[in-house]
Amino acid sequence: MSLSTQTLKSQLQALSSKSVSSVELVQEQITRAKALNADNNAFISFNADGAIEQAKQADQARADGSTQPLLGAPIAHKDLFCTQGQVTTCGSKILQNFVAPYNATVVENLTQAGAISIGKTNMDEFAMGSSNENSAFGAVKNPWDLDRVPGGSSGGSAAAVAAGMVAAATATDTGGSIRQPAAFTGTSGIKPTYGRCSRYGMIAYASSLDQAGPIAQTAEDLAIMLGAMASHDPKDSTSATEGTEDFTRDLGRSVEGLRIGLPRQFFTEQLDDAVASTTHQALAELEKRGAVLVDIDLANIDLSLPAYYVIAPAEASANLSRFDGVRFGYRCENPKDLNDLYERSRSEGFGEEVKRRILVGTYALSASFFDAYYVKAQQIRRLIKNDFVAAFEQVDLIAGPTTPTPAFKLGEKTDDPSDMYLQDVYTISANLAGIPGLSIPAGQVAGMPVGLQLLGNYFDEARMLGVAHQFQQITDWHSRRPEVSL
Amino acid sequence: MTLSTDQVRHVARLARLAVDDTDVPNIAQKLNGVMELLDTMQALDTQGIEPLTNPLDRTQILRPDEVTEVDQRAHLMANAPAQKDGLFLVPKVID
Amino acid sequence: MMWETVIGLEIHTQLATESKIFSGSSTEFGQSPNTQANAVDLGLPGILPVPNQKAFEYAAMFGMAIGATINQRSTFDRKNYFYPDLPKGYQTTQLFHPIVEHGQVEIRIDDTVRTIGVTRAHLEEDAGKSLHEDFDGMTGIDLNRAGTPLIEIVSEPDMRSAKEAVAYLKKIHAIVRYLGICDGNMAEGSFRCDANVSVRIKGTEAFGNRVEVKNINSFKFVEKAINHEVERQIERIEDGGTVVQETRLYDPDRDETRSMRSKEEANDYRYFPCPDLLPVELSDEFLAQVRERLPELPEAKAKRLIEQFGITDYDAAVVTSDRALAEYFERAAEHSGSGKLAANWVLGAVSQWLNDSDSNIEACPVSAERLGDLIQRISDDTLNSKGAKAVWEAMLTSDASVDELIESLGLKQVTDTGAIEAVVEQVMADNAGQVEAYRAAEPDKQGKMVGFFVGQVMKASGGKANPQAVNQILRSKLGG
Repeated sequence: MSLSTQTLKSQLQALSSKSVSSVELVQEQITRAKALNADNNAFISFNADGAIEQAKQADQARADGSTQPLLGAPIAHKDLFCTQGQVTTCGSKILQNFVAPYNATVVENLTQAGAISIGKTNMDEFAMGSSNENSAFGAVKNPWDLDRVPGGSSGGSAAAVAAGMVAAATATDTGGSIRQPAAFTGTSGIKPTYGRCSRYGMIAYASSLDQAGPIAQTAEDLAIMLGAMASHDPKDSTSATEGTEDFTRDLGRSVEGLRIGLPRQFFTEQLDDAVASTTHQALAELEKRGAVLVDIDLANIDLSLPAYYVIAPAEASANLSRFDGVRFGYRCENPKDLNDLYERSRSEGFGEEVKRRILVGTYALSASFFDAYYVKAQQIRRLIKNDFVAAFEQVDLIAGPTTPTPAFKLGEKTDDPSDMYLQDVYTISANLAGIPGLSIPAGQVAGMPVGLQLLGNYFDEARMLGVAHQFQQITDWHSRRPEVSL
Repeated sequence: MTLSTDQVRHVARLARLAVDDTDVPNIAQKLNGVMELLDTMQALDTQGIEPLTNPLDRTQILRPDEVTEVDQRAHLMANAPAQKDGLFLVPKVID
Repeated sequence: MMWETVIGLEIHTQLATESKIFSGSSTEFGQSPNTQANAVDLGLPGILPVPNQKAFEYAAMFGMAIGATINQRSTFDRKNYFYPDLPKGYQTTQLFHPIVEHGQVEIRIDDTVRTIGVTRAHLEEDAGKSLHEDFDGMTGIDLNRAGTPLIEIVSEPDMRSAKEAVAYLKKIHAIVRYLGICDGNMAEGSFRCDANVSVRIKGTEAFGNRVEVKNINSFKFVEKAINHEVERQIERIEDGGTVVQETRLYDPDRDETRSMRSKEEANDYRYFPCPDLLPVELSDEFLAQVRERLPELPEAKAKRLIEQFGITDYDAAVVTSDRALAEYFERAAEHSGSGKLAANWVLGAVSQWLNDSDSNIEACPVSAERLGDLIQRISDDTLNSKGAKAVWEAMLTSDASVDELIESLGLKQVTDTGAIEAVVEQVMADNAGQVEAYRAAEPDKQGKMVGFFVGQVMKASGGKANPQAVNQILRSKLGG
């Protein structure tokens, strides 16, 4: 089997034993990714020359004795992370020519760890979407079935990992944008605790919800990636002082006696029956290894969806005001006055879903509705957080489905925004509360992958990754790859 | 709450988004679908609950008062759609 | 009908920090456009604010100086509107939980003291500048000023005349200058003022519709702009119209206000808590340290100067109106050993120079120490007042010492009784007739007549004779 489709861990072992050079691996990876991109559109841009140059330096560094943890390993960045000197589009026409003057801290951290970015992955515009159909650079297709969506908004990163275009990629999760595409593509993805990774240089969608995390094939690869990505950053006031840690430390820990809470509210009629039984089978595997399953209540969780669709658009409506055609980004042709410059640059530059969320957010923040929507949503957010805090006094982890259904068909939900929003029903609460959540492949329904979601207590990522790794020791869903033709 | 077409126009104006008159009913219809979802919140009594605006329930770290930046104008203005003599240019502003 | 004016002021005070409120860019004034605007100040994508501790220290100092509540937990909010000098499309400010609330200051007009309430003082970022000169028919945007820390000081609608508004503005100006938290430079925009003006029939409770008058950036304009606006409102109502609640811009060249259409529409700012910033908590220790560093404020200083130097309430109030002037006075008083003379000089010749030169005390060519030297020479009778005035004039253009100037100008006062006696005898010999008349006069007439002889003696001495000595000697010799 070609090294380019192997796990990050295997690639790092091959690099460190010098059975392959970084230049060889990077070259192979780029060749494969470019070939597959014609079908699945997972990448917006490639950094071929830069990546090869960095690979040469990595090989030299290894010869000189460097032991950087990701030295020479090819990865990809979601095109929402600013990469200095490279076009960073955020999936939007408004930034189609924006050359970032700086690196995001996550990008910087991975570079410091020795990783090499081969390109920028496709995404829903400004991370707003659950199907990756909202990209100005075309929809991404699910490598398991090119007629289906890969999920969103980090659909490019998920599809790239699923198709073996790259072993690991950065992603972001505001309401499920790492976990949902991971579930749809049979990959593993973790949204860490809010504040674990710096948001500096991550183009903001909703500041109090956005969090960076990796997508990879395995929980172990996630642990390796997250260790390099996380940091306390003086440039981000909301980054946590916990910084990074050894996220691999619990990989070998048994699940014996682990108390797993199953929220009743996650197993209701809106959950697809086949997905429900897949989830129960996966949980039964953990139970067999000694985990204890406990039914719990998250009383206010049903309101997480409306609360999220107030808070996220409200924050976005302000965050996206800077895209005004004045200092950077798209400017309309021949504006007749200042107002025309603003209105046309923004209307022509933003896609439909982005405009819709700006309108919803603007409305929710307007003086007459502020209390009824914004304040109400933030109060519900407090209640949801309280529910989680109380739950984690009884259980070590919470588990359930990542999504209500497997990947749906392209175009299936584009006409009904509210139906599309329901995709996030199980993932959103983690963002509202700021707790970590991950998704790992748990089975298949009609040939399409299904994800198992684990939610953990604040800063408890290592334990969660340990449980996910143990699950991957007893199942092989994570190592099943779609058949792709080169 | 549902938005009238006038409200859609007003909100679009606040957000500096041009909307075509012929699109307004369609925009209003989709927005109202979303608003219907949002209004499910109203069923819950949240009186007296402290809003949570950031999940990192901590306090702000402050920075010492030091100048840490040097002039990077050429670098930072490289993406400007229109500039002259170090200034960003916009259509004439009348107060 | 008797009208009453109701005025509230919003004062934007730029804090004298080295770096900006949310970025490490310099706040220095007058640099080349956009050379002091980093990625934060330009509102580039993905960039985040990190607050400057000094701004909180300065805001707390101001709060303490006006006896206000310092909220140990304050938060930042976003105020949303589009304007090219506002790079992010929102201003980061403190609406819901400002750092300072409920303070007050006293103002004095003639002999009346009034208390003006300060509703709040909140931290926020300044905007950039739009340059309306023609750049290819376009407006240029300079964001060097964007992100400069401000406290916006909002008063209660407690002022009842333009004079009171000016007195209040001057009081706040003096306080921020005393605290050293703002350079107070109105010409450079470090200290700016908007006025909310309304009128109502005297004796009524309800406020009239208020008009926000912008761009009144000198003490002189504040008074003129408010008076103009009050007249405009009264005229309008008396003509049967109503005052429209709006924002008007003061035009000092035409001395009138005009409606700002650009600010009229879309005034829904959609304030909400800034999700990029966490609540700021100021510890008891932090506030205690700030309090310890608080300098002496105008009222306390005036009280002390009265006790220490025996000057009048009025003199103390005037010299303490400006911190630098008060310090100048204090040094001159200490150096000379005469507080009363020092106050006379600071309020007289020094103030005259400040007015004439339209400058500040830091620029005065005569240091407090040199003024002290001059006063010493008055106290020790080396100089009479006329001579002292001449030396002062010379000091303004010369670095020479007071004694050197007295010497070179030949202004040393003659106090040698022998020399004065000789002159007196000569004058009496030259005016024998007047001497006879004096001696023949009634004692109550003699008092007036001695003036003639004093004048003659002073003239003969070239103005240098000590007038008291001359008087004494004359009276004794004329008494014969």
